[in-house]
Amino acid sequence: MSDASTTIARTVPTRRPGRLKDFWSSFRENRGAVIGLYVFAAFVLIAIGADILAPYDPTAQHRAFTLVPPVWQDGGTWQFPLGTDPLGRDMLSRLLHGARFSFFVGIVVVVVAASGGIMIGLIAGFAPRWLDTIIMRIMDIILAFPSLLLALALVAILGPSLINAMIAIALVLQPHYVRLTRASVLNERGKDYVVSARVAGAGLLRLMFITVLPNCLGPIIVQAALSFSTAILDAAALGFLGMGAQPPTPEWGTMLAEAREFILRAWWVVTLPGVAILVTVLAINLMGDGLRDALDPKLKRS
Amino acid sequence: MSLLDIRNLSVDFATSTGTFRAVDSVDLSVDAGDLHAIVGESGSGKSVSMLAAMGLLPWTATITADTLAFDGRDLRDLSPRARRRIIGKDMSMIFQEPMSSLNPCFTVGFQIKEALRQHLDLDRKQRHARAIELFEMVGIPAPEKRLSAFPHQLSGGMNQRVMIAMAIACKPRLLIADEPTTALDVTIQAQILDLLTGLQAETGMALILITHDMGVVAETARRVSVQYAGQKVEEQEVASLFSDPHHPYTAALLAALPERATERRLPTIPGVVPGQHDRPEGCLFSPRCKFADERCRTVPPPVQPPAIGLARCHYPLNVPEEADAI
Amino acid sequence: MLRYVLARLLTFVPTFIGVTLVSFSFIRLLPGDPIIVMAGERGLTEERYAELQQQFGFDRPLWVQFWDYFTGVLQGDLGQSFVTKRPVWDEFFTLFPATLELSLCAIIFAIVLGLPAGVIAAVYRGKFFDRALMSTALVGYSMPIFWWALLLIIVVSGNLGWTPVSGRIDLLYFFDDVTGFMLIDSLLSGQEGAFTSAVRHLILPTIVLGTIPLAVIARQTRSAMLEVLSEDYIRTARAKGLRPSRVNGLHALRNAMIPVITVIGLSVGTLMAGAILTETIFSWPGIGKWMVDSIFRRDYPVVQGGLLLIAVIVMIVNLTVDLLYGLINPKIRKR
Repeated sequence: MSDASTTIARTVPTRRPGRLKDFWSSFRENRGAVIGLYVFAAFVLIAIGADILAPYDPTAQHRAFTLVPPVWQDGGTWQFPLGTDPLGRDMLSRLLHGARFSFFVGIVVVVVAASGGIMIGLIAGFAPRWLDTIIMRIMDIILAFPSLLLALALVAILGPSLINAMIAIALVLQPHYVRLTRASVLNERGKDYVVSARVAGAGLLRLMFITVLPNCLGPIIVQAALSFSTAILDAAALGFLGMGAQPPTPEWGTMLAEAREFILRAWWVVTLPGVAILVTVLAINLMGDGLRDALDPKLKRS
Repeated sequence: MSLLDIRNLSVDFATSTGTFRAVDSVDLSVDAGDLHAIVGESGSGKSVSMLAAMGLLPWTATITADTLAFDGRDLRDLSPRARRRIIGKDMSMIFQEPMSSLNPCFTVGFQIKEALRQHLDLDRKQRHARAIELFEMVGIPAPEKRLSAFPHQLSGGMNQRVMIAMAIACKPRLLIADEPTTALDVTIQAQILDLLTGLQAETGMALILITHDMGVVAETARRVSVQYAGQKVEEQEVASLFSDPHHPYTAALLAALPERATERRLPTIPGVVPGQHDRPEGCLFSPRCKFADERCRTVPPPVQPPAIGLARCHYPLNVPEEADAI
Repeated sequence: MLRYVLARLLTFVPTFIGVTLVSFSFIRLLPGDPIIVMAGERGLTEERYAELQQQFGFDRPLWVQFWDYFTGVLQGDLGQSFVTKRPVWDEFFTLFPATLELSLCAIIFAIVLGLPAGVIAAVYRGKFFDRALMSTALVGYSMPIFWWALLLIIVVSGNLGWTPVSGRIDLLYFFDDVTGFMLIDSLLSGQEGAFTSAVRHLILPTIVLGTIPLAVIARQTRSAMLEVLSEDYIRTARAKGLRPSRVNGLHALRNAMIPVITVIGLSVGTLMAGAILTETIFSWPGIGKWMVDSIFRRDYPVVQGGLLLIAVIVMIVNLTVDLLYGLINPKIRKR
């Protein structure tokens, strides 16, 4: 018998990959997700280094050069590679600085909505039934309002600005985290390892944050990626409606709103900010899809 | 000529960490009216080889074989349409999990009549009558009422009876039963087995019974294949298999039967079936075999002649003297 | 089933009260005194101010005000618009058909294209069509629709001149509102060209509003189908020798529809949010544009009432979806 058990250890030609490595290898297998990751990394670098990268101050008006087309079109100059807007501001500089605002919006909204949502979700998952019911009803109420409409109304109360738009969006996105966290907590809470931790005398806080929470993180991480892109889209939509960042802030949605009247005369002032939003959001969503596939073993190829 | 003839069948699965060989050069031939059992632990590839014959493997699987023939026609040469005319009619299969093997969105009556409509030329009324008849055959009480039930309203045993009724609906010549009793209560298990062997005797169809339970094999089968880690390690008539197992794995399986235990403690086979990442180099059973030596661990074993039960072993057990002389 | 319906209906009540409370609190939380806003440039005397405050009940305790508002809501009284002086309820229901028409067209557009696309992608997973379709769906899903609308206007209306830029119908047609649905009314009017004009006005807004639901439905259908296709009962269906079209189209799709229906229901909320942007860009005289205009005009009763009504509509749709879910999923139906 002892002979058999020693031979078992010897027969290991290929090793089973570790958890993080496993995650990375299945993430890397998804080409779209890797491209998304690179684009997102570039976006973050631009957001950080916008001051250095941008050739001009984004609000500086070059009065002699209004509505200059991009360099590859007739009349374009290398002085303004992506052209200028109706006030003679350099499009490239404005777009680069816009990345900073979008990144800022995404980060703040995700951090605020996720931390609040996870806390409330954990409480709801562990709370007695009546408290759980009350919390979930409140979330139902928030979810009954279309997110953009509620954000719009909230901004109308708080006054139009980028900060208020972020607060409103974070508030509107929060219930998704609450529902997700609560659902995973309820799912995990009945499992044996939680029961044994409880029997071993773990306190409620320890049970919530150390025993259960790490095992619920998979779907929450995916949700974080998805709400990052939702936040950018909603902030741009609010800016477009005039309820987000105010001119002359070079926020992409606000830039689009300013450019609306030139829609048929100067395509670049309308097209470029939209492309910037689309590429960023697309990259994040690609990454989110990759994360979901890598974290959810059910969808893996088996 | 045998009804089902499989020569050198291998099945590979593409996984995220490389290919995994679930079935490794398996031979099997089943004659009309035969009752053949395939025994092995979970993960030994016994279901996969039969799913390959039925053409039911997922898209990640690659099938290679010298022969994969039913009734003399190689299944791989048939058009999908011609193959669908055989599958479900002449050759049908029931599965391990009766609860999840029936579509939850349709009544069991709809599902059984669907099989009838697919292969037989019956009108609506005849199909209904035949469905009731089939339900009676498999021992479902109040068949008329049960036809309009959804699978989740029936018990596991009842659902397995529905599955059997569905599988024999078109009078198949071969029925493959993939662990038909594993998911059921012990008391129901015997009933379902009796039902299957009874139907087999009654209709004269061939039956392949996939199981991990040696006890079931002893009671029902005529011939037995033992599979281990995707390979067939031994094949014999049931009586001689039980009296003279040639492969150490078979011997160990038999020794683990409570009825045959000689000591106070039931002997076990240490270790588990090797998976994708820990396949040994030589004999696949060598890490768990108490007779294994250096040769077993480095050189893949040969297949012994039929007299020694086609055992895939360097040192087969219970070798008859005349066979030894060859 | 009856118990399921009752239980579901019961959760409707507290949510409804909560929604009313939220929309009620808007008017108290908005910066600036609503009465001064209403008076506008002209200003007010002290007495007139007190009189108005009494008239609107702002001098009474909050809970009394809420009770009045709530009982008013139950009787269909949502107050009057500051701007037009018409009851909010009436304004809402004159504008609602326009939004409903647009939303229905958009959701039909999304389902008709999205459902088959998702099924085909799942059946041919990993193949070229699947990849192309899912990449397109992801682009659609990531689309800032206000920009998408501008882009379509530039290309389809501007460069190609195929569709009009705004409104529901050309101004030269004039007929009575019968149903409020321009497609039906234009047909009823019998005027030549009226119907085609209405259709042409609908095309771009439908595409814009339907884009995200289309992407969501296609993606959800694909993943639901993929999950279902690996189920044991699909293997059973194939083991019967059924045609792939029947296995995929009947056995798989029927089960995959359960999560897809939920997603279609949830996209009604998205549709309402999308309507705000779409209607603003295309000057579509519906609820979304009305809400945005009212927010800018600080027409508080309208904002308040509109929020409440939209939320109630979303809730009713969700309720319907839940009940439909029970109907399509036999496990719930027969419990």
